[in-house]
Amino acid sequence: MILEIDDLHAGYGRIPILNGVSFGVGEGEAVGILGHNGMGKTTLLRALVGQLPLTGGHLRFAGKEIGRDPSHRRARAGIGYVPQGRAIFPALSVYENLRMGYIPRGEESEEGTINDIRAIFPRLDKLLDRAGGALSGGEQQLLSLARALCGKPKLLLLDEPTEGIQPSIIEEIIEILRQLHRFQNLAIIVVEQSLDFIAQLSERVLLLQKGTITREVSPKQLANASLLDDLAGVGE
Amino acid sequence: MAYATIVGIEVVYAIATLILVSLGLAIIFGMMRVINLAHGEFLVMGGYAATIAVHHGVNVWIAILIVPPIAVGLIGLVVERAVIRFLYGRMVETMLASWGLSLLIVGLLTTIFGSSTEGVPMPLSGFTIGAYQASGYNVFVIAFSLLTLGAVYVLLRFTRLGLLARGTMQNAAMAAALGVDTTKVYAVTFALGAALAGLAGGVLAPVAGIVPTSGGSYIGQAFITVLGGGAAALTGVTSAALLFGSVGQAATFATNPVFGSVALLLAAVVLIRILPNGITGRYFKGWL
Repeated sequence: MILEIDDLHAGYGRIPILNGVSFGVGEGEAVGILGHNGMGKTTLLRALVGQLPLTGGHLRFAGKEIGRDPSHRRARAGIGYVPQGRAIFPALSVYENLRMGYIPRGEESEEGTINDIRAIFPRLDKLLDRAGGALSGGEQQLLSLARALCGKPKLLLLDEPTEGIQPSIIEEIIEILRQLHRFQNLAIIVVEQSLDFIAQLSERVLLLQKGTITREVSPKQLANASLLDDLAGVGE
Repeated sequence: MAYATIVGIEVVYAIATLILVSLGLAIIFGMMRVINLAHGEFLVMGGYAATIAVHHGVNVWIAILIVPPIAVGLIGLVVERAVIRFLYGRMVETMLASWGLSLLIVGLLTTIFGSSTEGVPMPLSGFTIGAYQASGYNVFVIAFSLLTLGAVYVLLRFTRLGLLARGTMQNAAMAAALGVDTTKVYAVTFALGAALAGLAGGVLAPVAGIVPTSGGSYIGQAFITVLGGGAAALTGVTSAALLFGSVGQAATFATNPVFGSVALLLAAVVLIRILPNGITGRYFKGWL
């Protein structure tokens, strides 16, 4: 198991959002998380990367307890994050955004790592000098993903990567993630409203309702009409 | 011609002084959004560090250029760890805390040094231009302020520390999620701003006598320059210093130093009225 989540609780001030989330992610496994708006999907990812303190439960990454670790230590341990809204550094160039994602581990130089990433993202290669804030939404999404991959993560968390993105770039993202998942054994957790995206990328899908995992389904089951009734509002 | 040259040197010197005095605040307030009301006292501590070093036999150039930034940089690091780091994002509390710090520093300096004026001997002699005498040290200050500006630009633009600082100031949470230890970045950046203030105090020590309350004469100019400059720390300070230094010094030559200060203030008021976000809020967007 690369990630073990056991009875996780977190919230905003006095408002609990996650009420005992428990699941695991195997090494190289791709897991999708579905849920209505407000059910705690983004809160879950923010708690995993350390942007939100836990109020209960345990979180283990690669066998090590990380629930009290600050955000930067979790990233250095191998958790990559592509947040909702992309969070590009707007005044930094595309190349500088990529450099921000590089984590020195003694394995490969910054330049070598970024060159590898540039080869995977040819669309960004032509935009290296452009300010991050001047990119289109789709280009920013690619940049956010490329930047996270510069840290050579073992587990990549993606929060609604298709939101407001044109179909051609969504296809590009799916293909890149599939390649990384298949050939570099990258584990993925993707939070999405798009059933199609989740179905194409995930090996199993967890349903998050009112801050807990209530069901686990296979991607093929997402075509089931009665299941979609349960998920009313998701994927529309 | 000679008089014009002298006036030109003095105008450029006024601009250079404003740049030096404001650069540290441009980092601390312009980049970090920390309202440091103890900025003037950081300059004064730099002046005292130079004075103490000279009195202990340290070479005067080392005393004014090396000792102050190291000493005040370390003090800034302690201040950031002990006080400022708990108050990021809370502007009013930061103002109160830094104002209290400024009073504490003034009190400590008065207790240690008394209220008599301290100074550092002028390390360079003057030279003549036509019938007029010019200060060789003023020319050094001009050159040194450009050098310092260039060095800070290179640090922020071309080093990894500078990149991490710029990224962290734009979105600290995302920087942390990418593996950046933002607490260290904040500490080092604040210490850099303090060191620059100390350096300014050291460089200006031979020019202006130092008393514990000297900080009050610097803080106003520094905030006016940083605010007038706008969001881009270095370009903003440079452009605002160019404007205010020119106006202030030209008015001084035309009238007297008091009206020169008034003219500088009026220029600032007019600028903020026309450009509420400072010069780089409208022009030089995207510059550092």
